[in-house]
Amino acid sequence: MKNKGRSYYLIPYYLWIALFVIAPVLLIIYYSLFDLDGHLTIDNYINFFTPVYLKMTLNSFWYAFLITAFSLLIAYPAAYLLTRTKHKQLWLLLIILPTWINLLLKTYAFIGIFGKFGPVNNFFDLLGLGEQQILFTGFSFVFVSVYIFIPFMILPIYSALEELNLSLLDAARDLGASGWTTFRRVIFPLTISGVRSGCMAVFIPALSLFMITRLIAGSQVITLGTAIEQHFLVTQDWGMGSTVAVFLIAIMALFMILTGGSRKGVQK
Amino acid sequence: MRNKNGFSNLYLVLVFAVLYAPIFYLMYYSFNSGGTMHEFEGFTLDYYREVIQDTRLIIIVINTLVIALLSSAIATLIAIVGALAIQRTRSRRAKNSLLSLNNVLIVSPDVIIGASFLILFTIVGIKLGFVSVLLSHVAFSVPIAVLMILPHLQDMSPTLTDAARDLGASRRDVLTKVILPIIKPGIFSGFFMALTYSLDDFAVTFFVTGNGYSTLSVEIYSRARQGVSLSINALSTMIFLFTILLVVGYYFLTLRKHRARIAEPVAEVGVPR
Amino acid sequence: MKQLVNTFLAILIAAFALMYLGAWMNSNEGYSGTNTLTIYNWGDYIEPELLKEFETETGITVIYQTFDSNEAMLTKVEQGGTTFDVVIPSDYAIAKMREEKLLLPLDHSKLPNLVNIDSRFMDLSFDPGNEYSVPYFWGTVGIIYNPEMTKGMTFDSWDSLWDSRLKNNILLVDGAREVMGMALNSLHYSVNDQNEAHLQAALTKLNKLSPNVKAIVGDEIKMLLANEEAAVGIVWSGDAAEIMDENDKLDYVVPQEGSNKWFDNMVIPRTAANVDGAHQFINFMLRPDVAAKNAEYVGYSTPNVPALKLLPAEVSEDTRFYPPASLTDRLEVYDNLGKRMLAHYNELFLKFKMNK
Repeated sequence: MKNKGRSYYLIPYYLWIALFVIAPVLLIIYYSLFDLDGHLTIDNYINFFTPVYLKMTLNSFWYAFLITAFSLLIAYPAAYLLTRTKHKQLWLLLIILPTWINLLLKTYAFIGIFGKFGPVNNFFDLLGLGEQQILFTGFSFVFVSVYIFIPFMILPIYSALEELNLSLLDAARDLGASGWTTFRRVIFPLTISGVRSGCMAVFIPALSLFMITRLIAGSQVITLGTAIEQHFLVTQDWGMGSTVAVFLIAIMALFMILTGGSRKGVQK
Repeated sequence: MRNKNGFSNLYLVLVFAVLYAPIFYLMYYSFNSGGTMHEFEGFTLDYYREVIQDTRLIIIVINTLVIALLSSAIATLIAIVGALAIQRTRSRRAKNSLLSLNNVLIVSPDVIIGASFLILFTIVGIKLGFVSVLLSHVAFSVPIAVLMILPHLQDMSPTLTDAARDLGASRRDVLTKVILPIIKPGIFSGFFMALTYSLDDFAVTFFVTGNGYSTLSVEIYSRARQGVSLSINALSTMIFLFTILLVVGYYFLTLRKHRARIAEPVAEVGVPR
Repeated sequence: MKQLVNTFLAILIAAFALMYLGAWMNSNEGYSGTNTLTIYNWGDYIEPELLKEFETETGITVIYQTFDSNEAMLTKVEQGGTTFDVVIPSDYAIAKMREEKLLLPLDHSKLPNLVNIDSRFMDLSFDPGNEYSVPYFWGTVGIIYNPEMTKGMTFDSWDSLWDSRLKNNILLVDGAREVMGMALNSLHYSVNDQNEAHLQAALTKLNKLSPNVKAIVGDEIKMLLANEEAAVGIVWSGDAAEIMDENDKLDYVVPQEGSNKWFDNMVIPRTAANVDGAHQFINFMLRPDVAAKNAEYVGYSTPNVPALKLLPAEVSEDTRFYPPASLTDRLEVYDNLGKRMLAHYNELFLKFKMNK
């Protein structure tokens, strides 16, 4: 498409970027340059490179990675199987529906379910495994996070699978490809854009998770999101909170460039 | 083959079971006369009665729905434009920067978004209340909708639009007759995810609301210190059952109507493809 | 394309229909009238019937808006853009608001019912002379424990928490002031101590508590303790009352080394639109029958002396929640430490959390 300069219909989006993205980012950068007493300083940035924050960054990354990986692992087969069901649109909607119930309530329910006397432990008892500590562990944290994000992963993958040309699969089979080869060489590469967009929709917000770090993980997991929350609300140290946010945004941008760069040949 | 089918069904059943487990847990205890979310003592409908009599709570639910529907619809429109803008961008570097800008709001924790929007609104002089909440919800729902629409645009073969143009279609026609139908599933996914974002948001709404305007999330979180009572469970149960009825009812209604008319019913059902 | 447009229109129509319904209900309730009073409070922290009663008595329509933390509330009041007539913050937040000149001085002549408040709870360091605030509820910080699970241990001293029998069995509330204050108290220092050596000693002592700490949580601590997820918790007395209401096995004690006493007070922010109505409301809440009814609904300790007499004896004579002056005199309120010191407290608390 040639640019004829008649792109005024793009205005709302750029307006949105200017007002609700660039303006807040500038505001955040501005705040990050002040210390508690309101003096102009870069101390906050120096402070970020102390072991406490570096450890937090690593933590956030590791958990965001785990959450994304498990979401993908569970969502891909689910999305694939969904495309094969009767009434698939209905089933897909039913995947989204639970996200409309308030998260705090669902988290409370998980506390009950995973609790010492909850159904899961009752089940373990039945199996003779005895009572297990599930709450306040890395496992329960990842589990609930995956629970929260799974629809965000299933949806784009499902869409990508839907667009897959079925004749391609037949062709692959006719050419003697095994099921696994078909998946590896045909299906997966053709749905990679859906997978990428799902990974973005999970990994990026997972970096800044905060509420369930306390509710489900009992503060055993401390992420950058928690730190920002603390600085903005408890210490009222907006400077340091903004600094952490600046790094979070920078990390996200880096991630975008790294994953975006691997895409061969941007369409002409 | 049969075995395989059983296995895949089992997998889906398991996924759905986990997704709905906490919701059924909530619903179950909404009938508990014991007043807590453990140890079911006896059956009661008291909490449902409480909800129905609480006009303030009902107004809050209506506010929540209005904001969610309006903001998601507007955000999806902007996101369509945004996805087109990103798709049109030629250079890879510009594309990545645009995409990064798009994702800033997803990666920023809600408190930061809320606080900076609040500062923004007070500087501009927008009265806090319905308008400011609506604007904020539109703002933070746009990026996720873009992420849902974009892959459909990227997978679209460029020859398609070229062919349409060669055949003499105007830009407008290309957009409405070629591009939009192709990205329709993405548009629906985007809308539904925007809805999720809007219904779930607490922190941003808290900061930008005012003059007595409140949404369900704000109400629920602010009750946490006192302990969220089971009437909230009852309310959620009612909302959940209502939505399920709406979704399933609508689906089968349109399905039957279309079966009578067209052979390919799914294309016209108002759900994502 | 047609389907997209149709769906979009359907959504818009639904939204506007709902909006109309909402507006209709609002005007039915009188929320859109002119004679209104906006109250900014924690969610579910008032008996709703009292609001109705106040409305019929005065003809003022109450708009009830809620917040979930003092700090978030502070940001809202500070930033403006919306008016609140009565706000109910906690003690240290009041000190901060006073410092930042966010409050209007109260006109005591319009608050004749102020005499009902126990003099123990007046004229405290966060608001000398009660120039800006009037007590709403109060309480302590202490230890809640499950005698069945702790098997005869006593908790009269903070030090008992360090007992190795409590391994992985303590829940802490996620607050720097509470946890650091507890450690400082256990070393016989003040909860407001600013001496660096004392603070470091407190951190060292806290780190030794780590093996016993099961989790550091927020409001959900109530649910966890009532469900017997852990044997011991450090909680505010208000939470303790609610937990014990759900699970009567548990017991609450304020250790004898001292602890914190906290207050939620009513204030009028500077931006208030209906100052007269605000005074009327505060005075209304100070009435004994009203305060008693409210205390019964909320379950926290009321500072209102005649109201206490209206409450059932089992409540008013429960020394765990209505301790005698001999104990309350030993308790301290949290002073406003200033931003720097508060940040330092939080930093130490974060170190403790990361150490786990």
